[in-house]
Amino acid sequence: MNTATTANGHPAPHGAGHYGGVLRWLTTTNHKDIGTMYLTFSLLMFFVGGSMILAVRAELFSPGLQLMQPEFFNQLVGVHALVMIFAALMPAATGFANWMLPLMIGAPDMALPRLNNWGFWLLPPAALLLTLPFFLALFGIGDGALATGWTFYAPLSVQGGMGVDFAILAVHIFGISSIMGSINVIVTIFNMRAPGMTLMKMPLFAWGWLITAFLLLATLPVLAGAVTMLLTDRHFGTQFFDAAGGGDPILFQHLFWFFGHPEVYILLLPVWGLMPHVLATFSRKPAYGYKAQVYSFIAIGVLSLVVWAHHFFTAGLPVPALIYFMFSTMAISIPLAVLFFCWIATMWKGAMTFETPMLFAVGFIVLFGIAGLTGLILADVAADAQYHHSYFVVAHFHYALFTGGIMGVMTGVYYWLPKWTGHMYSEKLGKLHFWLTVFSFNLTFMPQFFLGLAGMPRRIPDYALQFAEFNAISSVGAMILGVSQLLFAWNIWSCIRGGEKAEARVWEGADGLEWELPSPPPHHSWETQPVIK
Amino acid sequence: MESSALHSRAVGSSRVSACLRRTSSRALAASLLLPGAAAAEYKFNFPEPVTPIARETLHIHNEFMLIITILFVVVFAIMIYSMIKHRKSVGHAPSQFSGPSGAMQWFWALIPFAILLFIDFVLMGIPAVQAIISMEDTKTRADMVLKVTGMQWKWQYEYPEAGIKFISTMSTPRAQIANAEAKGEHYLLEVDKPVVLPVGKKVRILLTSTDVIHTWWVPQFGVKRDAIPGFLRETWVLIEKPGIYRGQCAELCGKDHGFMPVVVHAVPEPEYLAWVEQQKAEAVATAGSADRAWSSEELIAEGKAVYNKVCVACHQDQGQGVPPVFPALAGSKIVAGPLLDMNGRIIPDSHVDRVFNGKAGTAMQAFRETLSDVELAAVITYERNSFGNKVGDMIQPAQIKALRQEAK
Repeated sequence: MNTATTANGHPAPHGAGHYGGVLRWLTTTNHKDIGTMYLTFSLLMFFVGGSMILAVRAELFSPGLQLMQPEFFNQLVGVHALVMIFAALMPAATGFANWMLPLMIGAPDMALPRLNNWGFWLLPPAALLLTLPFFLALFGIGDGALATGWTFYAPLSVQGGMGVDFAILAVHIFGISSIMGSINVIVTIFNMRAPGMTLMKMPLFAWGWLITAFLLLATLPVLAGAVTMLLTDRHFGTQFFDAAGGGDPILFQHLFWFFGHPEVYILLLPVWGLMPHVLATFSRKPAYGYKAQVYSFIAIGVLSLVVWAHHFFTAGLPVPALIYFMFSTMAISIPLAVLFFCWIATMWKGAMTFETPMLFAVGFIVLFGIAGLTGLILADVAADAQYHHSYFVVAHFHYALFTGGIMGVMTGVYYWLPKWTGHMYSEKLGKLHFWLTVFSFNLTFMPQFFLGLAGMPRRIPDYALQFAEFNAISSVGAMILGVSQLLFAWNIWSCIRGGEKAEARVWEGADGLEWELPSPPPHHSWETQPVIK
Repeated sequence: MESSALHSRAVGSSRVSACLRRTSSRALAASLLLPGAAAAEYKFNFPEPVTPIARETLHIHNEFMLIITILFVVVFAIMIYSMIKHRKSVGHAPSQFSGPSGAMQWFWALIPFAILLFIDFVLMGIPAVQAIISMEDTKTRADMVLKVTGMQWKWQYEYPEAGIKFISTMSTPRAQIANAEAKGEHYLLEVDKPVVLPVGKKVRILLTSTDVIHTWWVPQFGVKRDAIPGFLRETWVLIEKPGIYRGQCAELCGKDHGFMPVVVHAVPEPEYLAWVEQQKAEAVATAGSADRAWSSEELIAEGKAVYNKVCVACHQDQGQGVPPVFPALAGSKIVAGPLLDMNGRIIPDSHVDRVFNGKAGTAMQAFRETLSDVELAAVITYERNSFGNKVGDMIQPAQIKALRQEAK
């Protein structure tokens, strides 16, 4: 792009900034550029993490060890999770925030543009650190990547090889990046809303992200502390997690899940914020229960901080703790049910059409419903003794994080892609992508519920013969699911390259400030803030 | 009284399932229509429960599954109805409401949450609390204690009252895992020495670990509990039916996490008591043999057996290890070093020290408490004279016994 400047020395509205080529992207402080980078990085890492798990599913296709040894299997399982959470889902949400928050609240840019640039550029080195041990092992250096699962449980992680150190440092850098992103979101929302846009007039997407940002600020430092304690246990002779020195391995689990449980809502709240926009647009009707949804976001955010121990009910907690964590976890079902109620009530008596974003939104509601309902029974300590550490849990959290998280992100991508690129994507491909994803996702994960009930533990590289059929089905499903995502990438790519021109208000029923701007919006938008009445 | 009510309810449900089983085997026509459902009777649910806890868990699970299935169907039936009726293509004009208006609407909007609160904290909550209390009550009228120690990648079982202690490792040959041989019926779920328990007795199970966290799980017992290094955790089982029950380690514990099965033989009490006597006699014989002088051939032969059971997972069958995590014993400087110092004491960081005390922060654990005098002497002697190592010396079980006493 050109670097023309206007008379007053600012970059031209349609110019890309001060530099061209690679330097433009390295130095950009523009929220749209940074949003694009976040989303591109996220898509790329989605395929990286996906390939890892496809290798795992290939190994699990039949009993016996065919493709890899257990050490490598353990590495793939753990790094898959870290890549998907820290490098695919979290950056996707931050990408949305960057692109859309300023447009939706009528701000010219994010409040802290340089911090924004730095926040993004910390991600590639972090991802590199996380995956580097795989490549180093090829050259005989070290014994590969983190092999403890993404949960880093001590003392297994104290015992592990240098992959653990790489992962600890990677998590630190991912964490710093997320904290920067959160600060930016909070400052932007509190200071840069259009005149007249009170907090309770703010788009729900901004509310969802605001709660996410506060949760990140509350929990990431705890994770950073926990992994730092792990690092000093490994190398500097401390014994935080070693009973021989007065430490306690369960302390690690408390610290980890104090971050780990809110993390689930960190990944989901931006999506929950987005859903009412999409549902309202394609139902041609205002979102139902704005206030109820805002209060539910807040309630879930607060509750998520006080339920962490349900991730280790089998660790031998005292009875009062078991009962407390069970009931507090069940309590989350109330605000979550409010959200489901509002989503369905938004559709009720509308005039619905089912373009790709609406299909993904409806698919999200139904499949995420399965995650919510199985989560409710997982909260039950007695039944959890059977479900825990089994494939039942694996299926449950993939319903939460794939259909809740990733399909939510896909909803947003299809919804906003015409706004970002100025072109319509292919509806036909989008719908094909949706149906293939839903079909193969269920083919992959529905059998895993039954595997868990039958007694198959998680994270095992090989299994008894009674689990063979369901594993084979699950592996076939996973392959289809993986390949189907190429359609998604292809659809995005073609949409960037060209296609039918998108109007400013891309969708007939769309409502909000972002639809007042042309598609694509100019490089600098809302230089004069709109006034909300 | 409460427990007897639960008991009869669970018996009722197992009667129902037995009845269902009979029906399904009779109704061949139905099984042709639904091949999966009839052929695999428990495949879509927990395996047959054999303890009070497992029955209660199955009962709770079935009840909850029913509740959430109803919730799912009702909620999404409403949504699907709306998706069919309120479409633009059928000419539905959109309403513009964005919240409940009027007392009636508020009432109907709040009803679902009242129902949910009732489900959460009464329908599901009350049985759950009862189940937790009975699950955690390990001490009331316990008949015996079994101590389970997880170690990478095997289980040690100890009967403190009877003084019996042994290690149980997976007996599936590596060739089956590598697909070089046909897989057996109990592939990955078979062990060299199963733990034996009497039926009808409340067994209090204490769990701990020597290295990382493991989880002891037998699905048919409805019991899953973490074994945590440096701490004791407890649970209990009361097996109601003789049989062989299989499970496995459920917490990722390193490379052989998938190869750490649990096999329990539940037998009638007389049979159990006979087994205990036999184990005690064997233990006495082994303890006596620690006092006699062993030849190096005897030690090496015994040591090979111990090595293949306890050490091979990490150090590998030719002593080559998996460097850098699991060091090689073949050509190892530590193995080739002197056995004991001039006063017959352990030299720090020597071969004997490693086997005795392990190495902190690695997978090498202390075998002082887990192996017998004979086993320790044998495996040390074997390692010093195998895999191309030719130290040529040996250590007697009696020496190990002396070292042990000295340490005390």
